[in-house]
Amino acid sequence: MLSISVNGKPEELDVDPAMPILWAVREQLGLTGTKFGCGIAQCGACTVHLDGQPVRSCSTPISAADGKAITTIEGIAEADGTLSKVQQAWISEQVPQCGYCQSGQIMSATALLKETPNPTDEQIDAAMKGNVCRCGMYGRIRKAIKVAAGSEPSGSQEASA
Amino acid sequence: MSDPVSEKPERSRAAKWTRRGFIGAGAIAGGALVVGVAVRSGNPVGKLKGIVAQGEGEALVNAWVKIGSDNLVTAIVPHCEMGQGANSTIAQMLADEMDVNWENVRVMDAPADGNYVSQHAVRTFVGPGTLPDRPNQVSFMEPTYDGLFTQIGKLAGAYITGGSSSVRSTGQNGMRIAGAAAREMLVASAAKEWGVPAAEITTQNATVIHAASGRSEPYSAFAAAAAEQDLPRAPRIKTVDEYKLMGTPAPRKDIPSKVDGTAIFGVDAGPEGENLRYAAVKASPVVGGAIASMDASAAKEMRGVLQILNMGDFVAVVADSYWQAQRALNTIKITYTESENDSADTATMFAGFTKALDEAGDSGGNSKADYGDAVGALADAVTKVEAEYKVPFLAHATMEPMNCTAWVRDGKCDIWTGTQVPLMARDGAAEGAGVSADDVTMHSVLLGGGFGRRLTPEYTNQAARLAKATGYPIKMIWSREEDTAQDFYRPADISRFTGGLDENGKVICWNNVHCTEDEPPEAPLVEFYDIANVSVRNAEVEWPVRLGAWRSVAHSQHGFFVESFVDELAAAAGKDPVEFRRELLKNSPRHLAVLNGAAEMAGWGSPLPEGHGRGIALARSFNSIVAEVAEVDMTGETPKVTKVYCCVDAGFAMNPDGLKAQMESGIIYGLTAAMYDEITIKDGAVEQSNFHDYKMMRMDDAPDIAVQIINGAPDNLGGAGEPGLPPAAPAVTNAIFAATGQRIRELPISKHFA
Ligand code: FES
Ligand code: FES
Repeated sequence: MLSISVNGKPEELDVDPAMPILWAVREQLGLTGTKFGCGIAQCGACTVHLDGQPVRSCSTPISAADGKAITTIEGIAEADGTLSKVQQAWISEQVPQCGYCQSGQIMSATALLKETPNPTDEQIDAAMKGNVCRCGMYGRIRKAIKVAAGSEPSGSQEASA
Repeated sequence: MSDPVSEKPERSRAAKWTRRGFIGAGAIAGGALVVGVAVRSGNPVGKLKGIVAQGEGEALVNAWVKIGSDNLVTAIVPHCEMGQGANSTIAQMLADEMDVNWENVRVMDAPADGNYVSQHAVRTFVGPGTLPDRPNQVSFMEPTYDGLFTQIGKLAGAYITGGSSSVRSTGQNGMRIAGAAAREMLVASAAKEWGVPAAEITTQNATVIHAASGRSEPYSAFAAAAAEQDLPRAPRIKTVDEYKLMGTPAPRKDIPSKVDGTAIFGVDAGPEGENLRYAAVKASPVVGGAIASMDASAAKEMRGVLQILNMGDFVAVVADSYWQAQRALNTIKITYTESENDSADTATMFAGFTKALDEAGDSGGNSKADYGDAVGALADAVTKVEAEYKVPFLAHATMEPMNCTAWVRDGKCDIWTGTQVPLMARDGAAEGAGVSADDVTMHSVLLGGGFGRRLTPEYTNQAARLAKATGYPIKMIWSREEDTAQDFYRPADISRFTGGLDENGKVICWNNVHCTEDEPPEAPLVEFYDIANVSVRNAEVEWPVRLGAWRSVAHSQHGFFVESFVDELAAAAGKDPVEFRRELLKNSPRHLAVLNGAAEMAGWGSPLPEGHGRGIALARSFNSIVAEVAEVDMTGETPKVTKVYCCVDAGFAMNPDGLKAQMESGIIYGLTAAMYDEITIKDGAVEQSNFHDYKMMRMDDAPDIAVQIINGAPDNLGGAGEPGLPPAAPAVTNAIFAATGQRIRELPISKHFA
């Protein structure tokens, strides 16, 4: 039996300790916001936080989370349901296309901004290059990170009008 | 109100649809349900009512729009949302025509039912794109014409999301008319109720207003009565100067659910409260191969494994968890039957292409365009230019791998899957489950990318077969490796050109032969360039691989071929690539404006740092015109694309921010392929497997992209999802040439810098 805090809620999980966190949260806990893209730590679609650090949940066994805290996309809004700054910026910059990669993108961006509240382009590259967006929304992701950081005003929409 | 649809349809869970209410609704077929407005005698409003109405007090006004008692307007959209935001844009068009404010609009996918065949998509694919309409007076009741297209659509298993057609066909020809018709019916109801002439009634913010008597009521007050109204024969649609929502960057309706984890994709969906089982599958890596034998002794003993199945054409492991299923599958030793394709490999295929092209020579093969005398004119040329280009097979690599959840019981089958062709997928499921198509319920879900990959029904069929064989509700997920190995690939191609210039450096002839079938047919054509003598042909070749439609289809190859060769002609003429194209575009003002737009954005001609270069390319696809200027930095070990300036004329940008996003997306998709990717085949099987050997462009390699929009033809809309792609590769290779003098004639570019 593994004891894990998931999005602030204590969970007891009776699963194969080798099962990747990805499948445990999706199938056992029904948290389907975390996505499967490659299974080999190449795409970032499965990114969650383990004690605040971004990890590729497809390649991290659930046993590594025993006694620790997992945060998924479902758990990053404020307690009252207000979306986080990063989520809000994702909406204001109209970032998602298909949206499939975006949970992972938001988790990586959230971790980046916690460590580095005002990241440079190079720091954004380094933190985000593990997250593939097949729809190619990299420009919007970069912009939204800067909007969330407060270093640039929102504006993808005005600019186009 | 029929029971299966009384469930909550909102986005937190996939909307549920059934065919039950449609049984016997064949009377609607044959053109009755035209442009989304229920027309003709035997008003189908009644038949559709039970299917689409979801809550108390809601009345269906027509097949595409629903008005609730809360005065919310739901646009029922016959396309799958695969990321392009088109459904939101289509709803925007509807709302504008209806005079409904954006906050009051909701979007819902149409059920996968034959009556919702997207005739306009079919028409755009099949027909000349001409509607029997007059400006702002669209007659949508042309039973014969539309009936014909409905039939073609059914045969083709249509209800297609592809060909960049959602906005320009369904939106322009369906939704706007539906919105205008709904508005007129509401006005007519109000006029009747109030006893005033309809002409005195105005509408705004989902409200009918009679100013003279000071009366106003929300639309919802007349929704039920409006449903009983005759449908207007020719509702008046707005002129551009009357647009309120159209042409504005209205925020997309699907985005909020995509930032908080609540969006439901195929891989997330399934029957509520049921004990799902998970399947991992592996099919023969060689086309035509089947399962000869398997040794599953290790897999059998593994935790969570429930069943191991030899399905003839694939092996499946069913387990309590997908991970357990896949892990067990990986231990199974499978041997495959012999296939005639066992020895297929890419080198042999390319050798076959070369042979076919040699045989076609300068005038053989199938003619695609032939005007003037391309062969004869070459004799007069002062300068002769020849070039051969080559592009590889490509995989789609949608972010969400193929998957399907199926449940077969009591002669019925439920399907949850992301598909661009729900009707075809439904038929695939019916076949797999051994039930009739009427007994299949397709549940609408989001697609984690389409790009043409989800135009085939085989994965739906597979899941239905597994559900039937096991009795479980089954969630089948392809591993990324299976997804890469079992794709329908963008065809490889070799394309040869001969061109001639006169003493002034003017192009006098253009002769091209290539191998792929051209879909759409205009992909290799250059009629917008002023060249008097043109011959474009293709040579038929063998394809021992599965081929599919890949974003922008044949434009993805020909954009590179054509614009590389134009650049080579410019170089041979000693002219600037932009200036050279300007001369060629003297009879194509919209193309010229787009070219100039991109050149101006990029500061064409201004100095660049040492080792940097600029290249331009222009392409017309899906009725949109796009020019791109790429800047490359060649000072590192490998080329780096630093900037892309894109100018697009899609007729009219219904949602400018949405159009920009689609350009950005198409450019990155095109650059990814141009820079890194090829699918190669050895011993009949695809050699690539996952993102380590089929690379994706990432944040650190992605260029800055700037997009500028020209609204060049408000009544002649073009597509958005695909047209950004074709110019991307040649803009980069032309930029590399400008920087270094190295002409890249074979993709991917990375091959030349290994
Ligand atoms: S699914 Fe984990 S990195 Fe791709
Ligand atoms: S939004 Fe589709 S993969 Fe990123």
